Amino acid sequence: MNHPKCKTHIVVIGNGMVGHHFVEQMVEQNPLAEITVLSAEPRLAYDRVHLSEYFTGKSADDLAMTSPADYEQMNVSFHLNAKVTQIDKAFKTVITESGESFNYDKLVIATGSYPFVPPIPGNDQEHCLVYRTIEDLEAITASAKVSKTGVVVGGGLLGLEAANALKQAGLETHVVEFAPQLMAVQVDAGGGRLLKHKIEELGVKVHTQKATEVIEAGENARYKMCFKGGDFLETDMILFSAGIRPYDNLAREYELEVGERGGIVVNNFCQTSESDIYAIGECALWNNFIFGLVAPGYTMARVAAEHISGGDLQFTGADMSTKLKLMGVDVGSIGDAHAKTAGALSYVFENQPEGVYKKIVVDAKQEKLLGAVLVGDNSDYDTLLQYALNGIDLPEFPESLILPSDASTAPALGADALPLSATICSCHNVSKSDIIDAVTDGNCQLADVKSCTKASTGCGGCAALLKNVFDAELEKRGIEVKKDLCEHFAYSRVELFHLIQVGRIRSFSDLIEKHGQGLGCEVCKPAVGSILASVWNEHVLLPDHISLQDTNDTYLANMQKDGTYSVVPRIAGGEITPEKLIVLGTVAKKYNLYTKITGGQRVDLFGARVEQLPLIWEELIEAGFETGHAYAKALRTVKSCVGSTWCRFGVQDSVTQAIDLENRYKGLRAPHKLKMAVSGCTRECAEAQSKDIGVIATENGWNLYVCGNGGMKPRHADLFATDLDTPTLYRYIDRVLMFYVRTADRLQRTSVWMENLEGGLNYLKQVVIEDSLGICEELEAQMQHVVDSYHCEWTSVTKNNQSRKRFRQFVNSDQQDNNIVFVEERDQIRPATLAEKSQIQQRDNQELAMDISIVEIESDLA
Amino acid sequence: MTNQWTTVCKIDDLVDNSGVCALVEHNQVALFKVVNNDNIHIFAVSNWDPVGQANVLYRGLVGSSAEQTLVISPLYKQRYCMSTGRCLDDENISLQTYEVRQEGKDVQLKLVR
Repeated sequence: MNHPKCKTHIVVIGNGMVGHHFVEQMVEQNPLAEITVLSAEPRLAYDRVHLSEYFTGKSADDLAMTSPADYEQMNVSFHLNAKVTQIDKAFKTVITESGESFNYDKLVIATGSYPFVPPIPGNDQEHCLVYRTIEDLEAITASAKVSKTGVVVGGGLLGLEAANALKQAGLETHVVEFAPQLMAVQVDAGGGRLLKHKIEELGVKVHTQKATEVIEAGENARYKMCFKGGDFLETDMILFSAGIRPYDNLAREYELEVGERGGIVVNNFCQTSESDIYAIGECALWNNFIFGLVAPGYTMARVAAEHISGGDLQFTGADMSTKLKLMGVDVGSIGDAHAKTAGALSYVFENQPEGVYKKIVVDAKQEKLLGAVLVGDNSDYDTLLQYALNGIDLPEFPESLILPSDASTAPALGADALPLSATICSCHNVSKSDIIDAVTDGNCQLADVKSCTKASTGCGGCAALLKNVFDAELEKRGIEVKKDLCEHFAYSRVELFHLIQVGRIRSFSDLIEKHGQGLGCEVCKPAVGSILASVWNEHVLLPDHISLQDTNDTYLANMQKDGTYSVVPRIAGGEITPEKLIVLGTVAKKYNLYTKITGGQRVDLFGARVEQLPLIWEELIEAGFETGHAYAKALRTVKSCVGSTWCRFGVQDSVTQAIDLENRYKGLRAPHKLKMAVSGCTRECAEAQSKDIGVIATENGWNLYVCGNGGMKPRHADLFATDLDTPTLYRYIDRVLMFYVRTADRLQRTSVWMENLEGGLNYLKQVVIEDSLGICEELEAQMQHVVDSYHCEWTSVTKNNQSRKRFRQFVNSDQQDNNIVFVEERDQIRPATLAEKSQIQQRDNQELAMDISIVEIESDLA
Repeated sequence: MTNQWTTVCKIDDLVDNSGVCALVEHNQVALFKVVNNDNIHIFAVSNWDPVGQANVLYRGLVGSSAEQTLVISPLYKQRYCMSTGRCLDDENISLQTYEVRQEGKDVQLKLVR
């Protein structure tokens, strides 16, 4: 398929999960498209499927699916709090509440849905809330604080989730449902009965077949809900979760076709009655049906993005099967759960003492699975879903699929039984053959398969199945899951560390001769280089070590996308004199470098050519700077707040402590980079709890936190010991770090190392504080060796002519690399883009051509 | 069209198991000296990283896989076989390779004109 890659301007209304997915799909399919996102909400897309986790400690940031920075990087412009109020179809323009207007070539409506609040008199009072957005959750939290009792109106999927949230907030919780059973859409009567029983066991009172007529002031609680027939229930707050309604008001006002009961009518390409306007997700009505799940919404997003890009993918309905855990109770519903298909037959198994209900629905011939209901045990869900989705022939006795059996006789549907076309991940439409292709392409880690196929990165429900398919595929290829570092060494990093230390091996060539084979590779060479540096601490650019270093270490600087480098001198603790600041400015000006302040309280100088590095460093060293190891898997910075010296609140001198720590551990090479911070009081301005080593001052000394990190997967550091004096603090840090250097995997940060450490934090405390392994003296001695043998790598290089020779673009010429081109932005340089480079080259060529023609004319005249 | 050996630098300019770059008639050529059990082998490939779009390949790590001697891009870590120029990670990509030899103390490339 040939997609036209033209500049189409696309406006997306709404940035829920589906709207966001559309943006991602669009950027992928047509990177040139200009995309504008208009969201009525105050934040970008977040994970509404896992909204209830907000009550178990996840923050709005944890739930976020993207960030302003991500959108900027994708070149997507976005406006928050920008509710669209008008569509001008003739002029292809939308206008927001604040009066801003945006032109579009294609308009995508992804406004989602809103909670339906039954028209009960009194439903609009304070503490009568809904459950849909993070703002709703904030309101619920606030209300729960001043309430003792809470009622959820609606016993569907969302209602039960909301009830769970109220229960977790500590309220006496009730669920009021109009229908005779809970989850009437997904579960049959038998399953509903068991579900009600289980939920009541968990302390939530369920009232079915109750129609609320009015909400009035209560006697013992804030409100009194009066039911038809005379019953009543008193409560302090009410949460409505009685279904959703499509947000289709724009379509109604601006005459797009809508369904009788709401929803913007779309065709198989997700186009509305206006061909340049699309609707996707819960606001769209396809074949008279609204899909209230995220997976079909994602499919619609993909279809719309494809169609706008010139493709012909179609939306042809979606599987509405669901698997979830409600208050710890498994509930699963597959296909025709209510056996509505003509001739359908059912098998039911119920175990009341253990609270398990299972039903399968099969066709009249008992050959295919049509649907299933599971309550209390979802372990058969994946298998049953594959039978239903892929039309796999049922076993001779279909009931064996749900009857309890010991493992040996259970008819397990292994990954092998699935056809290649079987959908493994319905959120991202990943089939079994996609997984196999990914393995064929060399992805031998589950994480790699996930990142290249996106499987299991949506709702995560297919994680177990994905692992099955993946493991089966590896096994089939005879790939054992080995801990070998790479093809050159049949040892793990920890084993190599021991071999090097015990065998007193000092070079890679010696190691590979004795314990490996081949020339090495990008995996083992830097890993061994790092171990050698940790153990012996020799200069990384000695002839024996130079060829081991990874990109940045080889030139003691950080390579950027255009092959230039950035330079980061050490600024211990973030403290710097005005004189030194001026030097940084002077050097940056002299070499025309781009300057930026880093997150670690230092200054990064970008755009240095390889041949400029020794010259720049000569000047920096002259002024008293030393290397900052920003290029190394080593200690980077020790961040600090200003501490008790200046701060009104500080209780200890955090700056001095940070400088001392940085000077002690600078140059320590480790399996991955190391960051530290010191805060002068519990206000924690230095953010020490997001570092590998965090130190926070107390009235009595220092609290030590270990194994935190920011980055892709943030982890809070664990409190390791309290009120330490400085010598003890150093001893503990020596031991923790050296134990990490010895035992971690390559490129494993302290956080992951700790999580994989059997026994976790307690074990680490035993080793470090109680010396349970009897190695503390050794660990300290090893650290002392590193501390004593510290040298500034750049000082050695600038003094050594042989080393300096490495820093040149050409061995046979002093010319510069003409592919490095800068343009100006905000008064500084930045690398030119490809387009800019070709423009500049064209201009140069034209000038050259003009020069030549002038020469020609002159020679003619002569 | 003639083939001609051209001296581009001295053997001492090369670094064991690592790379340098020579400018040869406006072309950037990455030169690698691979030492393995006293066997010395010199490789010459184009210095242009086709994925990263920068002249950096001489700064890549030297390695091996099975019998192939590799250079690994310092930018995005694609692996290239230095004898054939073939990229092991993407069959649509390859590097230009040059014939290279040591002649006395000189390193020479065979250039096709």
